[in-house]
Amino acid sequence: MTTHTSSMRRSGPSNLLWTLVRFREAGISVFILLLMIAVTLRAPAFLTASNFEDILLNISILAIVALGQTMVIITHGIDLSVSSVIGLVAMMVAFVVKQNPEMSVVMAVVLGMALGAVLGIFNGLIITYGNVPPIIATLGTLSIYRGLVFFYSQGTWINSFELPQNFKMLSKGIAFGLPNVVIFAVVVAVVVYYFLNHTRTGRDIFAVGSNPEAAQFAGIRKQRIVFLVYLLSGMLAGLAAVLWVSRFESAQTNTALGFELQTVAASVVGGVSIGGGVGTVPGVLLGALLLGIIQNSLTLIRISPFWQLAAQGLLILIAVISDKWVLSRLERVKK
Amino acid sequence: MTAQVASESKLISEFAPRRSFLARFLHWEWMLVGLILVDVFINIRLSPYFLDAGNLSRTSSDFMEIGLMMLPMVFIIITGNIDLSVASNMGMSASFMGLLHNMGVNIWVAALAGLLLGTLGGLLNGYLIAKVKLPSLVVTLGTYAFYRGIAYGFLGDHAARGYPEAFTYFGQGRVFETLIPFSVVLFLVMAVLFGLVLHRTTFGRYLYSIGNNENAANYSGVPVARIKMILYTLSGFMAALAGLILAARFGSTRPDIGTGLELSVITAAVLGGVDINGGKGSMMGAVLSLLLIGLMRFGMGLLNIQGQVQGIAIGLLLILSILVPSLIRGISTLGRNFNWRSLVSVAVFLLISILFFIFFFWSRAPVIAGA
Repeated sequence: MTTHTSSMRRSGPSNLLWTLVRFREAGISVFILLLMIAVTLRAPAFLTASNFEDILLNISILAIVALGQTMVIITHGIDLSVSSVIGLVAMMVAFVVKQNPEMSVVMAVVLGMALGAVLGIFNGLIITYGNVPPIIATLGTLSIYRGLVFFYSQGTWINSFELPQNFKMLSKGIAFGLPNVVIFAVVVAVVVYYFLNHTRTGRDIFAVGSNPEAAQFAGIRKQRIVFLVYLLSGMLAGLAAVLWVSRFESAQTNTALGFELQTVAASVVGGVSIGGGVGTVPGVLLGALLLGIIQNSLTLIRISPFWQLAAQGLLILIAVISDKWVLSRLERVKK
Repeated sequence: MTAQVASESKLISEFAPRRSFLARFLHWEWMLVGLILVDVFINIRLSPYFLDAGNLSRTSSDFMEIGLMMLPMVFIIITGNIDLSVASNMGMSASFMGLLHNMGVNIWVAALAGLLLGTLGGLLNGYLIAKVKLPSLVVTLGTYAFYRGIAYGFLGDHAARGYPEAFTYFGQGRVFETLIPFSVVLFLVMAVLFGLVLHRTTFGRYLYSIGNNENAANYSGVPVARIKMILYTLSGFMAALAGLILAARFGSTRPDIGTGLELSVITAAVLGGVDINGGKGSMMGAVLSLLLIGLMRFGMGLLNIQGQVQGIAIGLLLILSILVPSLIRGISTLGRNFNWRSLVSVAVFLLISILFFIFFFWSRAPVIAGA
């Protein structure tokens, strides 16, 4: 029932379905534009370069993790453990960097991604070889990894002064006129886009998500693909962890607590179907952007910080409901 | 057409032999009883304070809010859905009651208003899931943020306190001068009610049929949409009730009350043998697993293990409860599917895990020693 862009190009009533997919991303873009106009009317400071740089800075880490989450959700899974992976990797990398201040920054990034990948491998093993449903497996590792953060650090945390300067500049340094962390997000987005749309393995991810049985018959090794997406999700969370420590200049026991739901929200608002098989990289980036703009603009138009979470939740609901409404409208047109 | 007939006959065969249906779940329930006995035995050996009646009484009330939210969660998970918003709804209801109390409204009126708001919150979930037909995970993820946000909106950085003693009785009181907390009695009564509804009524049978095959249930005349509305409304009501009990136990309300409890609630239900994919589960299993989690956490608390580190044990238990049976199945078929490649991959994964934990302890040592 769930189809994806490339199979649509091949199948019969392709034109209409194509517009549907395009329209879905257009839908969220229009929503973002309207929101931006409304906010600018209330607070002209919104439409400034420095404010946009701020928004991009804030959503970059979210976008990186949400792209990993997206690959998982496309296979009809979910990775609730990402926030604890970030917490644990952030603490471990911070400990290592503190002990070895002369360590190169590249090494720190590689180390973070490797540690994240190992934690992702644990998830993948439990889910594929252990036959544990993804939501249960990652709910379990959510609390296991978070528990390991406490066990690892014994409740201490790493402060700004304990981190070397070049490590702190990893996120904040400027390249091509943009902060490094934004460049990281762009590179990840391009790589994931290419991987999902132009490699065989990437296409297999969609196949597994939209029809696991058909994928199996087509000779796709489902277990391997599922294992891979959890590994990648862990690896991207590990990268995000390094950037997180560098950007916020600290690693605490509660780093990224509750972040998993934001990554799911960014994917879902960006049009990734929780039922699997559907999702695009631009959509997820727009989803992350929408969450970032909402957060930023609520502050600018001086909504009491105490009501901001409620407004965020409400806007997420509206985005999801309107998406559903547009879809059902289009289906009626199709008939 | 044939597929539909096949799925319906599968549905019938799932339910027809009632005894074998019960027998399947008794298996897991006895397993839980065994784990509880092992846990009690170990804890008695480790700490002399474990069997203290006063301690057990105090600690039991710590888990009743989770228990109250777990009861409707069992229903919801059996239908193959989920409610992530329960703890936020609990915070919203308790904060609303606290806000009204701060404004000078009579505490009982405020409590009723809190219950009403929580029920409305559940109704909104139910409407979006059953009528707008959005996935339950997405809807309750949204209301998870929305309801918690409203709780912050109501109370901000204030707390509500100074509840009258007649109200705090619901969280702190004991029944008839015994050591049994009121909330435990409330939970047990509710658990029996929910258990009877699940296992002895048509409504309960409908839940299983929705969980097994929602389309088939729909075509067989099960009012799927109405049942979902009822379930989520009920879940909202119970979350609000749990919120009031928690506020009464603390004697105060802050907007972050009960943050993160939704995961404990789901863990308790799933560890109790309720299948996250729907269609399977029993109330007895869920109640036993709540008891097991409570005793484990209490025992570890007596040994001065931090709450978050306790989470390692609970998380492992949750995963192992599903992993071990399927591993046993895998090993029993190993003879047929054995090949060298799988042996190599097992070796590689073992090596990766060992390296990870060596690094884990190696990198930790100097910083811990210095601190």
